[in-house]
Amino acid sequence: MWHVPQRSPSLSLKSRGGVGFFDLCRRFQRVQTDQLPPPRLQLRRIDKRFPGCHANKAVSLTLQPGEIHALLGENGAGKSTLVKIVYGVQQADSGEILWDGQPVHIGSPAQARALGIGMVFQHFSLFESLTVTENIALGINAKEPLETLATRIAEVSQRYGLPLDPQRHVHDLSVGERQRVEITRCLLQNPRLLIMDEPTSVLTPQEAETLFETLRRLRDEGCTILYISHKLEEIRALCSQATVLRAGEVVGSCDPRENSARALAQMMIGTELKTARSSVSGTRRGEARLQVTNLSLGALQPFGVDLKDISISVHAGEIVGIAGVAGNGQNELMAALSGEHRCADHDAIHINGQAVGRLGPKRRRDLGMGFVPEERLGRGAVPDLSLADNALLSGYGRQALVNRGLISFRKVNAYADRIIHAFNVRTHGRRAEARSLSGGNLQKFIIGREILQKPKLLICAQPTWGVDAGAAAQIHQALLDLRDQGAAVLVVSQDLDELFTIADRIAVMCHGRLSSLRSARDTTVEQVGLLMGGLFETADEWEGDHGA
Amino acid sequence: MSVELLDATALLLVAMMRAAVPLALAALGELVTEKSGVLNLGVEGMMLTGAVAAFAATVSTGSMTFGLLAAVLAGMAMALLFGFLTLYLLTNQVATGLALTIFGIGLSAFVGQGFVGQTVEPMAAVSLGALSGIPFIGKLVFGQDPMVYLTLALTGGIWWFFARARAGLVVRAVGESPHAAHAIGYPVRLIRLGAVLFGGACCGLAGAYLSLVYTPMWVEGMTAGRGWIALALVVFATWRPWRAMLGAWLFGGITIIQLHVQGMGVDLPSQVLSMLPYLATIVVLVLISRDSTRIRLNAPASIGKVFHPEG
Repeated sequence: MWHVPQRSPSLSLKSRGGVGFFDLCRRFQRVQTDQLPPPRLQLRRIDKRFPGCHANKAVSLTLQPGEIHALLGENGAGKSTLVKIVYGVQQADSGEILWDGQPVHIGSPAQARALGIGMVFQHFSLFESLTVTENIALGINAKEPLETLATRIAEVSQRYGLPLDPQRHVHDLSVGERQRVEITRCLLQNPRLLIMDEPTSVLTPQEAETLFETLRRLRDEGCTILYISHKLEEIRALCSQATVLRAGEVVGSCDPRENSARALAQMMIGTELKTARSSVSGTRRGEARLQVTNLSLGALQPFGVDLKDISISVHAGEIVGIAGVAGNGQNELMAALSGEHRCADHDAIHINGQAVGRLGPKRRRDLGMGFVPEERLGRGAVPDLSLADNALLSGYGRQALVNRGLISFRKVNAYADRIIHAFNVRTHGRRAEARSLSGGNLQKFIIGREILQKPKLLICAQPTWGVDAGAAAQIHQALLDLRDQGAAVLVVSQDLDELFTIADRIAVMCHGRLSSLRSARDTTVEQVGLLMGGLFETADEWEGDHGA
Repeated sequence: MSVELLDATALLLVAMMRAAVPLALAALGELVTEKSGVLNLGVEGMMLTGAVAAFAATVSTGSMTFGLLAAVLAGMAMALLFGFLTLYLLTNQVATGLALTIFGIGLSAFVGQGFVGQTVEPMAAVSLGALSGIPFIGKLVFGQDPMVYLTLALTGGIWWFFARARAGLVVRAVGESPHAAHAIGYPVRLIRLGAVLFGGACCGLAGAYLSLVYTPMWVEGMTAGRGWIALALVVFATWRPWRAMLGAWLFGGITIIQLHVQGMGVDLPSQVLSMLPYLATIVVLVLISRDSTRIRLNAPASIGKVFHPEG
C-alpha cells in the first residue's frame, strides 16, 4: 500500500540540526501558510515531451482542498497529458508533484488511486464486452466480490442521480451511460481529488445540473475537483478558480465567475472568437428533402431501443435538430436514416421524394445524402488510413475520383487538400493517419468531406462532441452556410446550446419516440428538458404545438 | 445390448477421448493466449518442440515426469521467444507466429535425429481396482490415463478462471482494450506475456502426449497439422473452453471412426475419409456458433494488434 506521510510542521522544524538558507525559506513558507491547510495537490514545473511535440512546458498548478478548479485549453493544449501525469498513467520528464504538501512519486494509476485520486477519462477507459460491474471492479483497488460490488454500484449511482444497471454490458450502453459508469467508478472510492475530463458533454441540462449538485456536495465534503471542459458557461457556474493552458504552457489563471465566457475563450484561443452566424436573414423553406413517415423498427442490439412511429420532415434551407439523452433511440434512428439498418417498409423514408426504406447507404448517398456519424474513428473515418484515403472512401462517386475502376490519386489528393484547406484542418498533411488528428480537427475533416460533396441533405450526429470552442464555432458556421446554400440539414445532438444556436426547428427523442417539431425560436431550454424526460404531453399542454 | 458391443463402444469412446487430448490441450492454451489479445500461430511449432523434448528427456532419464516437465519448459521457451518478439519488439504477431511454427518444425527434426526408431513405455492408465472393472463405465470413467483427467480439469479450471476469477477478468480486459487497461494501470505486456507462456506450456504438454502416450515414439512432423486444427477450434468455439473441448472430442471421435471405417474396407477413397474429421468439426462448430452477439461478447477485440503503451 502507498503510505502518505501526514504533514506536520512542528516535526519538520524540530528534526533539523543545521539550518541552511533553503530551510529558512521553507520555514518562512510554512509559517506563512500555517493557518491554511496545505494545498491538496501542487504541480511544480511539470515538463513532458513526446516525439515531435512538447506537451507540457514547465506547468505549475495548485489545487486547494474543497475547490473546483477548471483547467481550460483548446484540443492539443496539453490538458490531457497533464492530468494523465497526475493520475500516474504517464510520467513527467521533470518537475515535482506535492500531495498534501509532501513530494510524491505517482508511478501508476493504482498508486494515484491509493492516494485518493480518481479520474473520469474523456475517451472512456471501458471494456465493451464486459458488464458494468466488471468494468468497475477492474478500475478500483479494493478486491471485493462482484455481487456486493453490484449492490454498491446500484446504491451509489442512484444516490448521485446516475442510474445504472450493474449487469448490462458496456457495448450496449449509450455514450451518456458509459460516462455514468466512469463517474460511478470514481465515486465508489471516496476520492480526495477527482479529475473530470469533459464530463458533461453527453448529459442533458437536467442531468448536468444533477452532476453539478453531486460535485458541489463532494466539494463541500472537502474533495478537490479538477474540472476540464470546453463549456465555458458551465465552468463559470461551477468553478471558483481556472487555469488556462495554451500550447502546453500556462498562459493565465483567473476566477471564472468574474470573467465572461467570451473573455475566457479568448484567453484560451489567444485570438478573437468568432460566433457562428447566418448570412441570410430569415429562413426560406423549400421542398421536403427528407420525409420519414410512421417509421417503426426493432432494435438490432439486444439492449437497443425500438423506434416507435417516428415521423419527421426536413426541408431544403433549414436545420432541424433532434435533442435527447443518449441511448433513447438516436443511434437506431441514425442507422435507419443512413441505410445501415434497412426498413421493411420501403415507403417509411423518402429522400428527395423517392422511397428509400430498403436501399443501402450507397444508393442513398447517390440521391444526395451526406452522413456524419457520431463515432469519428471507426465509422466516420478509418483510423489507420490517411486523410486522403478517408476522403476517397465517401467521395469516390460524387467527386469522380475513380475512373473505370482505377483510382485517380491526383484527384484524391487534390480533394483531400481542398478539405484540409477549406475547413482549416490542422494536420501535417493529407498523408496523416486519421487517428493522429485531435477530435475537433478530425470532425472538421469529416464534415468538410461531406459538405464538399454538395449534399442535398446532410445528416449529422453529435457534430461537436468533445470538440473545442474554436472548432465547434467553425463547424456550426459550416452547417449554417450549407443551409443558406439551400441544403436540408438534420443534426442529432445532446448539446442543447448547440441546437439552439443553429437549428430552426427542434424535436426531442425519448424512449424511441420522437416529439413533434417545434420552432426553435419559440421553445425554451426548460421545455426541451421536459421532453427529454419523456413528458411529451405535459410539454405540449404547456406550450401547444409549434411544429409543422 | 450385448456385452461385446458395450465393450467395443467403451473402447471406441476411450480411443476418442485419447485422440482429443492433444487437440484440447493445445486449443486451451491458445484460448488463454488469445483471450489476452495475442494471436500465436506458432502452436504447431510449440507442440513439436514439446513432443521432441518430452521424448528425448524420457529416453535419457527414463522418467516420464521429467519428460512432461521438459515438454512444458520447451513449450514455454518457444512462447517466451514469441512473446519477447511481439510484445517488446512489437513485431507482427501473424508473421512471428508462422516463423515460430517453421522454426519449431526444423528444431524438433534436428533435436530428434538421434531418437528416431526408439520407443518408450507408454503412460499407464490409472487403475482404481474394482471401480475400473465395472463394465462400460469402468474403462471410460475410471480407466483413462492421467492426462485425460488433467485435460478435463484444465478445461474446468480455465472456464472458472475466466467466468469467476478476478485475474481472469483482468486478462479478458487486456484482450478487450489494452489501452483502457493501461490507462487504469494494469501491466498489459506482463499480463500478455503470462498468457503467452501459459499457452506455450499447454502446447508443450499437447506435444508430449503425442510422443509419450498416443504414439509412444518420435517421428518427424508427428503433430500432422493438429496445431492448426487447435487454432481453428479456438475460433469456432468462440473462445469458450467447454466448446473447445467438445470440438476436440468431435474431431477425435471422427478420426477414430473413420479409421475403423477404412479398416472395414468401405468403398470410398481413404483421402475422403481422412478429410472427414476436419470437415465435420468445422461444420458443426460453425453451426453451433452462429450467434453473433455471443461472438462479440467472447471474442477478444484487440486480438493480433500491436500494443504500445505510449501510443
